[in-house]
Amino acid sequence: MNKYKYIGKKEIRIDGREKVSGAAIYGDDIDFGANLLYAEIVSSTQAHAIIKKIDTKAAEQVEGVYKVFTGKDFPYKFGLYMKDRYIFAQDKVRFVGEQVAAVIGRTPQAAKKGAQLVKVDYEPLPAVTNQMDALKKDSVLLHPELGEYPHVPWFFPKAGTNIAHWRKTRKGDLEKGFREADLVFEDEYHVPRYAHCAIETHVAIGKYDLSGRLTVWSSSQSPHTQRHLFAEALAPMGLTHKNIRVIAPHVGGGFGGKAGVTMEILPAALATKLPGYAVKLRWTREQEFVNTYQRLGVVAKLKVGVKKDGTITALDHKIYWDAGAYVEYGANVVNAVGLSAIGPYRIPNVSIDSVCVYTNLPPGGAYRGFGYSEMLFGLESHMTRIAKKLGMDEVKFRLKNAIKEGDSTAYGAEMNPSGLIECIEKVAKEIDWGKSIKSKDPRKAIGKGFAIFWKAPAMPPNASSSAFLKFNEDGSINLIISGMDIGQGYQTVMAQIAAEVLSVPPSKIRVETPDTDRNPYEWQTVASHITWGSGNAVKRAALDAREQILSLVERVFTISKDQLYLEDEAVKCTTRQNFHLPLKDFVVNGIMTEDGTFKGGPINARGMFLPEFSSANSDPETSQGGHPNVHYTVGAGALTLEIDKETGKMHVLKAVEAIDAGQAINPDLINGQITGGLLQGLATVLYEDMRYDEKGKLLNPNFTDYKIPTAMDVPDEIVPIIVEVPQPDGPFGARGIGEHTMLPAAPMIANAVEDALGIRIKSMPITAEKVALALINNSKKRKK
Amino acid sequence: MAKIKFTLNDEIRTVEVEPNEILLDVLRDKLGMKSPKCGCDRGDCGACAVLLNGKSVRSCLVFAIEVEGQEVRTLEGISQPKLTQLQEAFIEFNSFQCGYCAPGVIISATELLEKNPHPNLEEIKEALSGNLCRCTGYTPIFDAILDVTKRRKK
Repeated sequence: MNKYKYIGKKEIRIDGREKVSGAAIYGDDIDFGANLLYAEIVSSTQAHAIIKKIDTKAAEQVEGVYKVFTGKDFPYKFGLYMKDRYIFAQDKVRFVGEQVAAVIGRTPQAAKKGAQLVKVDYEPLPAVTNQMDALKKDSVLLHPELGEYPHVPWFFPKAGTNIAHWRKTRKGDLEKGFREADLVFEDEYHVPRYAHCAIETHVAIGKYDLSGRLTVWSSSQSPHTQRHLFAEALAPMGLTHKNIRVIAPHVGGGFGGKAGVTMEILPAALATKLPGYAVKLRWTREQEFVNTYQRLGVVAKLKVGVKKDGTITALDHKIYWDAGAYVEYGANVVNAVGLSAIGPYRIPNVSIDSVCVYTNLPPGGAYRGFGYSEMLFGLESHMTRIAKKLGMDEVKFRLKNAIKEGDSTAYGAEMNPSGLIECIEKVAKEIDWGKSIKSKDPRKAIGKGFAIFWKAPAMPPNASSSAFLKFNEDGSINLIISGMDIGQGYQTVMAQIAAEVLSVPPSKIRVETPDTDRNPYEWQTVASHITWGSGNAVKRAALDAREQILSLVERVFTISKDQLYLEDEAVKCTTRQNFHLPLKDFVVNGIMTEDGTFKGGPINARGMFLPEFSSANSDPETSQGGHPNVHYTVGAGALTLEIDKETGKMHVLKAVEAIDAGQAINPDLINGQITGGLLQGLATVLYEDMRYDEKGKLLNPNFTDYKIPTAMDVPDEIVPIIVEVPQPDGPFGARGIGEHTMLPAAPMIANAVEDALGIRIKSMPITAEKVALALINNSKKRKK
Repeated sequence: MAKIKFTLNDEIRTVEVEPNEILLDVLRDKLGMKSPKCGCDRGDCGACAVLLNGKSVRSCLVFAIEVEGQEVRTLEGISQPKLTQLQEAFIEFNSFQCGYCAPGVIISATELLEKNPHPNLEEIKEALSGNLCRCTGYTPIFDAILDVTKRRKK
């Protein structure tokens, strides 16, 4: 039975009507009138080179070109966790596509024409496009000044190498763990880079008015973080937080790609040199592929020891990340996984090395899953293989070793309450685990794959959220918050939380997209922390409003607050049944007393949340001692895969995913995350893949050559399962689930392919071509 | 520049266009119709779909000058005087997440239901196969369309 009125219910998205009617305004939809200028970026054609000379003369002479800027105009660094990036390339370029100059035109056509005429002379340097090569002693160095870059205290860059950060986690006695094992199994797994492919490309408009105020409209997951990074980077120009305003309209998809700051720094900086104008920069699809964050590539070396009874005794996990030319955000992906690469398992003896390596490829950064998908491809492939080697059912193996509440994580903190066992059991039941299916078509084989997952929000220990809540004359509410509804349903879920506390239906609560001048602080909409973090702030704001309302009624009617409660948009009393004071009668205009005076006034409330128990302080050699992760969300998935043995073509017949949401605020939106996230995950394993040539040029920067799923690629059946083991410090027990939904996809496919065909594929993507070729190779081997 | 005259959402409009200007830019920048979105600049994603004489086209692949004398309908036109049964179903089913692909998807689905009031799932998939959606996994979009066809049968 549901004890809540609005929590745990399917609520219609409060932004649904806006989006379905075409009324929703995205960044590129805003009109700026005649004072709008257009920026076109000149991009590096070289993966690694010294910029000898930039000749802008021809561009400046194009009719309609207003100005041309180069790195000399902006010698400023920026970055979220490590300041290793310049606004424009300075003396050097470090990847193909890096911004070298900007042409400002009165029309997009003039700017484009001008950009084609900017001549850049490069002196090529050796380029390194693979992290394993970049680790070699004789490799070219991307950042000889690495030792001087400011960074957060939990990063450990190795000056004089290409290692930007090395997260070491050590627990127990690794050698002893392997000695105790009856079976030690080692292998290596490879994961390429991936692109987010939000359908809206990045767009930002900067406007620097004649009073010296900078406003940036930005398609962003991170308006406040953007303001802060703009303020840091542009401080030499005299800009402060007060004079910078970021307005974030609706976002056409994020997936981590619109977190932090990438191209938005360009119109922000350019605007400061174009007083009185607004300047727009919109990435083309090709630029979107080449010059925003990308998911990092991975080479993972895994060694796991197990006893005959299936107990895992030791894990040695070395993960080498192709993090790209700048790692100001991406190094934290490496950090997060370096703390969590045991997966959702109880393992007493652990060694993890998560190594962030500079390469001459585009910057790696946040991508839905924040490194866990890459890590879990290897780990969950490996666990299935070990169980098979032991002759043990892999689901039983996982149940035996699954981490439980109170178990110690790799860095020594206790595991939070979790429904992992329930998730595994429910998924196994739904997929009919243990029962194999034979295809009626002799050309086809059917296999089943299983995987479990976990992920914690990766955030600084002081990442905070806040909320304002104000009542209107009719008792409706404006909830003023700064998270972004990037599609996950944030606005609706926050409205449901406020609705529950105040007993006002979500349909009477308006939530707008944020403006940093008017909305209170929110760190960023990343890490799947927003339901939890911002939800806590919203709940506190609603409780503050409730307290103000009940205190006022207590004062005017001399009824003790203990006897007052809110129900159906009114104040009611437990001891006086006919007491019924509608909120709309007083939440703005106050309550009239006998002498005609009014008491009270507009109810304006606020709430704030910062996880005060979190700490990134720990021993750099072991990671023991801190509490870097606030909690983990766990789950399990399985699927049934049909494979054409001649072509390798694969089709998912059924996919099941269970996730522990703590408390589902809106189960329909969670199901939406599972359906969408799972397909995004399946695409990374079945066909998506960023292909670079040896000179670091991306070969497939468009949707024709980089395939994302269409309506034809959906599994026949998806069964979402919501498990609810409450998170004690979450709003109504909720924790985030947005990123997690894609985590099990890749190992499930790899495991199902092996189940169907007896072939183990250890590199992503597992394309039809790869499967078909493996089948041919296998049959050749057999003939020999 | 050439002056063209055509029907846009039941209203006759005239506008000056360059011969190489695409319909998407003219609709958005000169005629104030912001619902068609640019997602790929080359006809891959379908976010810019509009109805041209009742048939869906990608407005990024049509020169504005080609629509002289013809009828163009965007999501703004479909949404008036009130949202259609199909749009209401999309709201009811929480069919969209970020919403950026919604205008194009709604154009394609509207065209489908005009031609075929009772499509089956395969026909729906086929009709939407030119509209990329990165958020939803498509299933909630299918569900809403199937619901409309079911209710229409009654």
